Amino acid sequence: MSSTSSVENSPQVLLEVRALTKKFGDFAANQSIDLVLEAGKTHALLGENGAGKSTLVKMIYGALQPTAGSIIWQGQELKIDNPATARELGIGMVFQHFSLFEALTVAENISLALPPQLRTHDLEERIATLSKDYGLPLNPHALVADLSVGERQRIEIVRCLLQEPRLLIMDEPTAVLTPQEADALFATLNRLTQEGCAVLYISHRLEEVKQLCHDATILRHGEVVAQLDPQEETASTLAQHMVGSSVHEVRRHDSHEAGEVLLQLLNLKQASDTPFGVDLIDINLQVRSGEIVAIAGVAGNGQGELFAAISGEQTNKDFDAVIIQDVSCGQLGINGRRQLDTAFVPEERNGHGAVGDFSLTENILLSRHAVTDGDVPVHKGWAGINQAELSRINSHVAQTYDVRSASVDAEAGSLSGGNLQKFVVGRELDRQPKVLVINQPTWGVDAGAAALIRQALIDLSRQGSAILVISQDLDEIFELADRIAVISRGQLSEAHAASEMTREEIGLLMSGAHEKPTNTASEGGH
Amino acid sequence: MSAYEAIILTIITASTPLLLAAIGELVVERSGVLNLGIEGMMVMGAVSGFAMAQITGSAWVGILMAMVAGTAMSLLFAFMTQTLVTNQVATGLSITLLGLGLSGLIGSGFVGMPGIKLGYVSIPVLTDLPYVGKLVFGQDPLVYISLGLTVGVAYVLKRTRMGLIIRAVGQNHDSAHALGYSVIKVRYACIAFGGMTSGLAGAYLSLVYTPQWIENMTAGRGWIALALVVFSTWLPGRLAAGAYLFGGVWILGLYAQGMGMGIPSQLLSSLPYVATILALIVISTNRRLSVINTPASLGRGFVPDR
Repeated sequence: MSSTSSVENSPQVLLEVRALTKKFGDFAANQSIDLVLEAGKTHALLGENGAGKSTLVKMIYGALQPTAGSIIWQGQELKIDNPATARELGIGMVFQHFSLFEALTVAENISLALPPQLRTHDLEERIATLSKDYGLPLNPHALVADLSVGERQRIEIVRCLLQEPRLLIMDEPTAVLTPQEADALFATLNRLTQEGCAVLYISHRLEEVKQLCHDATILRHGEVVAQLDPQEETASTLAQHMVGSSVHEVRRHDSHEAGEVLLQLLNLKQASDTPFGVDLIDINLQVRSGEIVAIAGVAGNGQGELFAAISGEQTNKDFDAVIIQDVSCGQLGINGRRQLDTAFVPEERNGHGAVGDFSLTENILLSRHAVTDGDVPVHKGWAGINQAELSRINSHVAQTYDVRSASVDAEAGSLSGGNLQKFVVGRELDRQPKVLVINQPTWGVDAGAAALIRQALIDLSRQGSAILVISQDLDEIFELADRIAVISRGQLSEAHAASEMTREEIGLLMSGAHEKPTNTASEGGH
Repeated sequence: MSAYEAIILTIITASTPLLLAAIGELVVERSGVLNLGIEGMMVMGAVSGFAMAQITGSAWVGILMAMVAGTAMSLLFAFMTQTLVTNQVATGLSITLLGLGLSGLIGSGFVGMPGIKLGYVSIPVLTDLPYVGKLVFGQDPLVYISLGLTVGVAYVLKRTRMGLIIRAVGQNHDSAHALGYSVIKVRYACIAFGGMTSGLAGAYLSLVYTPQWIENMTAGRGWIALALVVFSTWLPGRLAAGAYLFGGVWILGLYAQGMGMGIPSQLLSSLPYVATILALIVISTNRRLSVINTPASLGRGFVPDR
C-alpha cells in the first residue's frame, strides 16, 4: 500500500504521515502510524486514554520529534522542528489545556503568540471582526482572568484562525464547553472545512464525531487499528474498535439485600468556607451495606462541599452529623475516618486525589499511611516507610485495574487522565473498604476505563460494602445506583430506589423541586 | 533658601535612592524573579562609586563604576538563580551579605576621606525662578534620571512589546516558553537592569546624599525599596508616589524629633513595613487586583525541560 500512495497523491491530500514511530525509552507511544488528511475534511482521531493520540498530534505540530517515519506536507517530505515551523506551514493547534496569561488582555495574549508579520497595529480590530465573523465573539480588551473557560478557548481558536491555517488540530475541544457553546464551535468548524481547511479532531464523544467528522482513524496501544467512515458506524461499534473488544457491559447482580446502615448523615449543616462555595443545609442520608447510593445534581450545587464534609477534609462541630459504622465522627479528620475502614476518592485526580510530582508508590503512601488493613503496614513509626509493601500494592493495583504507565513507579502526573483515575480508584478499592465515598468516578475517562471502574464499584458493593457515588452523569448513575438522591443548592432530596425514578423526575429535583424555603433553614443554622 | 525649600529638598534627596533601587527591582519582579540582594548591590555601588570617584576625581566616572558594580553583583545572582536554578530567596540573601562584607573590605582604605559631591543642575533663568526654580530645575542630575527611569519603565511595561514579553514571562513562564520566548534571557536582562539601578542608588548615597564612605551606609534602604515594590502593587506610578511618601515621612520624622516632639525613630523606620503589610492585606482581599498585577511566577525557578 505504501508503494502506491505516493502515486495517488492528489492535490486534495494536505498531510500524509507514513510509518511514524515515537519511542520513549522502550515504550512505543506510537508504532508505525499511517494517516492521510485531506483539505476540506474533518478527520477524527479516536482512541482510549494513553492510546497515543496526543503523541501523534504533537509530532505533527512539531512539539515532539518522531523516532522514525516521515511527515509529508503537500507532497513534500519535511521535518517539523518546532511549533513555529508548523505554524509557518499553516498548521494550527488548539490545546486541551490552553496556557493563557490571565493578567493580560485577549489581544495581548494573541499578539504574544503571533509571528511578527501578523502583529499589525489593527490587530485588535481584526480580532474583533474575525471572531464575530466566525460566531465566536471576543472583546480584545477583556482580561483573560474575567473570561469563562469557553471564552478562553475562543481566544486559542481565533489565534489559530488569524494565521489562516490549512490544517487545524483540535484536542478534545468540547470537554470544557456547554452544549450551546459546542454547537457554535461545530458551526465554525463546518465553515472552516467548507473554506478548504482540514481539521484533525480529537474527541472522546463518539456522537459528536459521528455528527461532525468525515473520516476517522482509531488508535489503540499506539497503533492504528481502524480507518473508517464514522457516518457508517454506530457509537458502540466505534467504541468497540477503541477498546478492542465490545465494551464490557456492566453486570448488575440484582438479587441482593441491603444490610445494616454503615454511613449515615444526620442533619448535616455546614457553612461554606470560601466566598463562592455552597452551604450545606440539613442533609440526611443513609447508605447500607451492599448498596450503592448515587447523588445526582448539576455541577456546583454543593457536591464538593458534601464530599469534604463526609471525608473529614472539613470537620463539623456536630459529632453526629456524620456517622460511620456507628461511630459519630463529625470532628474526626480524614485519617480518623479512614481508620474506620472507609475510603474516599475525590473528584480532582491530579492535585487532590494524587500529587502529580510524586511517584505512584508515594501516592499510595499518602492515602494509606494511617491505616493498616492487611497484616503489613506501609508505614511504621520510627521503622519508616515499607517500600516493598508499597511496591507490592502498586503492582497489584496496576494489574487489577489495568493502569498503564511508562514505568512501573512513574510520576503520577505523567499518567494519562484515564489511567490516573484507574490508579486513584484502584488504590482505595484495593483496601476493600467497608464504606466508600467517591466523587465523579469516571469524569473525563474513556469508555473502557469507565466500564472497568463501574464494574469494580458494583463488585465491591455486592461484597457487602456501602458505596456513595456523587456524579453528574445520569447514564452512570442509572448504571450503578440502587438508590438515587439529588442535590441542589446544598439541599439533598430523599433517596428513592433507582428502579422507581425517571430522568424527568431527577431533572425536576435538580432544579430544586425538593428545596425547603432557605430562610427557615438558615434560621436553624445560625 | 526658605525652610520649606530646605525640607522639600531633603525629602527629594532621601527619596531618590529608594526610587532608583525600587524601580529596577520592580522590573525584576515583573519578570518573575525575586531578588533580595538589593541591599548588597546598593552597598557595592556605593563603595565602588566612591572609590572610583576618589581615584579619578570625577563623580560621573564613580557613578558609572557603581552601575558596573551593581550589575556585576546582579549577574552573579542571575547566574546562580537562572542558570543553576538555585533558590532565589537564599541566593538573594547571600548576595546582600556578600555585598555588605565585600564593600567593607574594599572601602576600608576610604573611611573618613572627604568625598566628591555630584553638583546640582543649573539652568540659566529657570533655576533662578523664585520659589520653584531650585526645586524643579536645580536638583542633582540623578533625581531627573530616577524620574526619567520611572516614566520609561512605565512606558515600556505598558506600551511596548518588550514590556509585554517581560510581563508574560513573569505571569506564566511555562506558557511563555511554550510560545518560544527565552524565559532565562529575558530574566537575565531584567536582573541586570535591576542591578544597574541598585548600583546607581548606592552611588547616590556615597556621592550625593552624604559624600563619604561609611561602612553599611545603605542602612536598610535596600529592604525598604523591596517593600516599596510590593506596596506599589508593581506599578511604577505608585512606586514613585510610595518612594516620596516614605522619604517624606522619614524626613518629617527627623524634623519632628529635632523639634523635640518625641516620636521614637524606631517607629518611623518601621513605617514602610507597616505600610507594606497593609498593602499586602488589601491586595489579598481583592482577587482580581492580585491576578492582574502580581507576577504569578514570582520567585519560582524555571527549568525549560519541563
